Amino acid sequence: MSFFKKLRDKIVQKSGEVTQKFTEGLTKTRDVLVGKVEELVRRYKKIDEDFFEELEEILIGADVGVTTVMELIDGLRDEVRKQKIESARELQPILSERLVALLQHDGEQNTGLSIEKGRLNVILFVGVNGVGKTTTIGKMAHMLKQQGYKVLLAAGDTFRAAAIEQLEVWGERVGAEVIRHAQGADPAAVIYDAMQAAKSRGVDVLLCDTAGRLQNKVNLMEELNKIYRVVQREVPGAPHEVLLVLDATTGQNALSQARTFGQAAGVTGIVLTKLDGTAKGGIVIAIRNELNLPVKYVGLGEKMDDLQPFDPEQFVHALFAGLIEQEETAEQDVNKNP
Amino acid sequence: MAFESLASRLQSAFDKLRGRGKIDEAAVNEAMREVRLALLEADVNFKVVKEFVARVKERAVGQEVLKSLTPGQMVIKVVNEELTQLMGGDVAKIAAAAKPPTVVMMVGLQGAGKTTTTGKLAKYLLKQNRKPLLVAGDIYRPAAIKQLQVLGEQVGVPVFALGDQISPVDIARQAIDYAKEQHLDYVLIDTAGRLHIDEALMDELQQIREVAKPDEILLVVDAMTGQDAVNVAESFNNQLEITGVILTKLDGDTRGGAALSVKAVTGKPIKFAGMGEKLDSLEPFYPDRMASRILGMGDVLSLIEKAQEAVDAEKAKQMEQQMRQGEFTFDMFLESMEQMRKLGPLEDLLGMLPGMNRKAMKDLKVDEKQLARTEAIVKSMTKAERANPDLLNASRRKRIAAGSGTSVQEVNRFIKQFEEMKKMMKQFSGAADKMMKKGKKKGLKLPFAGKAPNNFPFNFKPPFK
Repeated sequence: MSFFKKLRDKIVQKSGEVTQKFTEGLTKTRDVLVGKVEELVRRYKKIDEDFFEELEEILIGADVGVTTVMELIDGLRDEVRKQKIESARELQPILSERLVALLQHDGEQNTGLSIEKGRLNVILFVGVNGVGKTTTIGKMAHMLKQQGYKVLLAAGDTFRAAAIEQLEVWGERVGAEVIRHAQGADPAAVIYDAMQAAKSRGVDVLLCDTAGRLQNKVNLMEELNKIYRVVQREVPGAPHEVLLVLDATTGQNALSQARTFGQAAGVTGIVLTKLDGTAKGGIVIAIRNELNLPVKYVGLGEKMDDLQPFDPEQFVHALFAGLIEQEETAEQDVNKNP
Repeated sequence: MAFESLASRLQSAFDKLRGRGKIDEAAVNEAMREVRLALLEADVNFKVVKEFVARVKERAVGQEVLKSLTPGQMVIKVVNEELTQLMGGDVAKIAAAAKPPTVVMMVGLQGAGKTTTTGKLAKYLLKQNRKPLLVAGDIYRPAAIKQLQVLGEQVGVPVFALGDQISPVDIARQAIDYAKEQHLDYVLIDTAGRLHIDEALMDELQQIREVAKPDEILLVVDAMTGQDAVNVAESFNNQLEITGVILTKLDGDTRGGAALSVKAVTGKPIKFAGMGEKLDSLEPFYPDRMASRILGMGDVLSLIEKAQEAVDAEKAKQMEQQMRQGEFTFDMFLESMEQMRKLGPLEDLLGMLPGMNRKAMKDLKVDEKQLARTEAIVKSMTKAERANPDLLNASRRKRIAAGSGTSVQEVNRFIKQFEEMKKMMKQFSGAADKMMKKGKKKGLKLPFAGKAPNNFPFNFKPPFK
């Protein structure tokens, strides 16, 4: 049985609706990445340097990242030499398999949230400005509420104008209380208060918003580190999750973000937002390959329930849907004419 | 390696050229391969990179370079010129309608920074004695209207809002009428963030455009955007005919390849750049300076301009005179420090100096608090003490420490550093005269321009860790 067929069989067992969301959300990614690779394979009968160069460009064009792409291409070159592959068509499955492997190489990593009943779970949201931290918190609060958790929100973005109000609107929408101070207050104090409130109210999950900050602002990163320390001190074992919210349209700077935020706040996972609009998603591959950070959730739209757990298999399926269908047709053909 | 800045990547590429007496095609190829990689890592769109590299190669290889005495410089020059051209040549200004109000529409993806930038633009216009009106046209995102109202209050400009139940098209129409009534000369319309592929919302923007007939449609782009920047810019441009671009979050450590691509693909100028969290951190975008900053030549021009804005020329001249005579008092120290302060955060200033690329900056942490402490020490001295440091005996030092909330040790350290600075100034006063002439020629009017770099007023103790 082919690799893709196995993949598909696995996915069939999962909810069809979620798969559809993934597929729809990733249409553009798929068109750009897979479509171009196909077109390339069709155009180049033989494998030569130009072929590799174009392939390199396609992958870089999808924000996969220079380092990762170079590794990938070098691997393909070796493969071509070893197996004496001549036609581009023969190389295509190898390429697909390698891309999938990049996404799954740490497949055993837990992509779920580490939330346990019977304790206060603290989740910290960090990231640069404008990636969608507050919106993601709103969506996640909605998701957790539906799963039956008691949720409390902490308005830790005391810097940006009306960020607190924005979180309050979300709190109202999903029916979760918000702990807030005035704008300009010490965010660590807000989080501290929120943790005390969460303890006394017997809350299951506390979602902490923080102000967006560029990772090269040392003072702001230290402020974040202080928040992190306060959380650590007040609740044993907390923060149970530190989620770095990343805008999927971000280019290679995402790696720098993941690295620096990881140092300041011990990031445990990534939420990739705005994946519905971007032509790419390649940054996911770069992040998995260069930093050992799992993508835990993806934002696939503007609605309250558009936050989905990230599933590498579904991601790959959505990404390579075209290839899978093709392979199936090919297989059917073989079956018809043995 | 992966996180070296574009500047340092290019620099290391050119270092390879520098070592050679003459330049040949192989050498250029080698350097251009590095340039290509560096640009790609900087998120410059690969198509743009391809064209760019081809163009530079063509210009660099051959006669032009072979004839040159310093081939390395020649290639840098070509790269710099092409880079500048790619980024759009001249500085672009914001439009002004013949008949006010000038209508400016802000568009872009979610989270690019439209609302914040709208506030910053209002502040920028206010500084130029314009009367802007902010229009809250983002009725979708929770609290977006409130955000603009808070910004309006901070900046001190009126905000036109009709709540989130009225269509942005109507809001725009009524806002322009309101601006006419109130004789406001700029109308800045904030719009909701939207995906460039969202047809319904893009259609809404077109309707606003028809009603508001904007003189300027500015696309707000996050400087950290990857390869997709090109698609975003292209489709906003195709559907709305944008007139310019504002690049936000350029103060991050992104290499800002988006800046290079957007102009190349749309042909529309980048007019402003968001350079910080504060509301006055919107700056005109200077393509040539940006190009030389990327190439590691520093943004000397921006620094000079900032200095000219903030420094009192008269005072600076007087101080120069005194310094040249080897005179240096605590008063002068305080004054030069205050003038430096006016230029903005020290970190920003250092970033503009040549040789101070982002990589070097990373380990430099400017402690503004340390500066404030130093200032407090000086301010706790009496007038007599400031003019005559010799007066400072133990009990006076104790008083100063108490007055400034520092310790005697800190006061001692500072006085020692101050004495050293003074000594150095005397030593260099001869050399300084020569520097002066050079500095004047270039029109440098920095508080420390009269002296050799060693006399930089903050030499007393590097306030960096």
